[in-house]
Amino acid sequence: MTTRLAAMIAFALPTAVLAAPVAANALPTDPLDSPMWEFHAQRLFGKAHVVFDHAVRVHIPVVAENQRVFPVTVDARALPGVERIVIFADLNPIPVAIDYTTLTSAPFVATRIKLDQRTPVRAAVLTHDGVWHLAGQWIDAAGGGCSAPPVSRVKGDWADHLGEKRAAAWSEGSGQTRLRMTFRHPMDTGLVENIAAYNIERVTIRDTDGTVLGQMSVNGSVAEDPAFTVMVRNGGRPIAFVAADSAGLKFTGSTAVRATRVASAER
Amino acid sequence: MILSRRAVLGSSAALLGSAIVRAQTFAGTYQPRAELVADGIWLVRGVDEPINFANGGAIANIAIIATDDGPVLFDSGVSLAHGQALAALAFKVTGRPVTRVLISHLHPDHALGAAAFPAEIIHALPATRADLERDAEGFSDAMYRLLSGWMKGTALVLPQGDLGNGPLTIGGRELQLLALNGHSQSDLALLDAATGTLITGDLVFHNRAPATPHADLAQWQAALDHLEAIPHRLLLPGHGPLDRADEAISQTREWLAWVDASLRQSVASGLDMTEAGEVPIPARFAALKFARYELQRSVSHFFPAIETELLPKTAP
Repeated sequence: MTTRLAAMIAFALPTAVLAAPVAANALPTDPLDSPMWEFHAQRLFGKAHVVFDHAVRVHIPVVAENQRVFPVTVDARALPGVERIVIFADLNPIPVAIDYTTLTSAPFVATRIKLDQRTPVRAAVLTHDGVWHLAGQWIDAAGGGCSAPPVSRVKGDWADHLGEKRAAAWSEGSGQTRLRMTFRHPMDTGLVENIAAYNIERVTIRDTDGTVLGQMSVNGSVAEDPAFTVMVRNGGRPIAFVAADSAGLKFTGSTAVRATRVASAER
Repeated sequence: MILSRRAVLGSSAALLGSAIVRAQTFAGTYQPRAELVADGIWLVRGVDEPINFANGGAIANIAIIATDDGPVLFDSGVSLAHGQALAALAFKVTGRPVTRVLISHLHPDHALGAAAFPAEIIHALPATRADLERDAEGFSDAMYRLLSGWMKGTALVLPQGDLGNGPLTIGGRELQLLALNGHSQSDLALLDAATGTLITGDLVFHNRAPATPHADLAQWQAALDHLEAIPHRLLLPGHGPLDRADEAISQTREWLAWVDASLRQSVASGLDMTEAGEVPIPARFAALKFARYELQRSVSHFFPAIETELLPKTAP
């Protein structure tokens, strides 16, 4: 039986390979076996070469404790020549959360997204040779992250705090600065009855001389009161940033580098 | 050739992995066991795990307290079937039907088993009833999603919110009720006068990392101060083993203090949420089960508020 099966497989395998002429850019099989893999891959990557790559690290918690605020950190610093980082969740109604063009910044970004159900959460990292490097994991979640009203809508105080910004920056050494920004914003998805889509659409980070250090397009699947962490390289100079929302409002802020970041003291 | 067959089978198993994990099997039967820990007091141990399908949500410790009127149940379990199994167990060990059910706080692993009892014998602090009026439906939805068949027939039965701080005598047994808060907005604990048994609900965890979804850490620490000052011989925690060595209160206190300090340190040093959930956990907490899991849950509960407190507002 074993021999017969082995023989059948031995026969079948090369045939399968021959039968499907392998285009150079054929989509790789999704290790997460997502029902939406091909749909998203074709839409996001077109005919570009796609690889699943352990050099891209996607950090998420073991449990989606709050499906409205699910933290995701993408660290692609092990990968040379990164140009863009896209964070997306296959089964979210607004799959792409952010699309970050890193420019001179280090390929590192952290934010928080909404989860509408159990879904793969992924990062797609584009390197300058045109290859997309992917990594991700499944996370279980109850429904409602995208289709439930924001807390501030329920409380009714969203307008009182709209655009409030907080920021700080820490030196990571060798001219690299960790920048953290938070904004008060309802980040309405448009999927809640009688609440139109209203979200921050773009975050631009600049050096003191106006040079753009990094730019992020942002969708409504980013959590309410969004927070972003990036790693810019501008020699430790002060950093300015602006978030523009879909109503045309601009929220600007700036911050100076405070101190060297303490990795984990006194824990 | 055998090798490639294995490789083929292996990779298809990996692809199916996610489907297998989600495959629903049938719910089992609750088989709670009572351990006599003091004269007329039995501890029914929950599994020291998060709520999941495999354990049917039977994760909270339950106490059975014998009185002349019949047993008092301290907490009711997670579902109709769980509550029924606990009622049968209480009958088995005391020979009488349950006379009173006390619900310690709002969380579903303690409160939803009330479905197995008539509303007139279920009691809680007033704020716990209010908590459940607000949240029980959401909890119920979440439990049905996680536990499916285990939850069959579980309807919401609200406790009467008529308990308060002070003595309560049931069937000749003197209980000292303690109306506290911190783990949630309203936490009931009690001291059995005759045996010196302190039954704490989720104000105290033992060898299992404390859960913080509705916690106020400062109030929780104050409640622990209060409990520590009450002379007692043994302590029944909400989760984890019986404590005769007088260590569970300080263990809970130290974990909560560390979580608070660690999250503040994380915000102050520029970490984001996933990073705050990945910091090393000190070796002194090695005995606490699910420490990483609960730390990451606590990050979700507290981190954004600490950010608002510690990150400076920025002008344009």
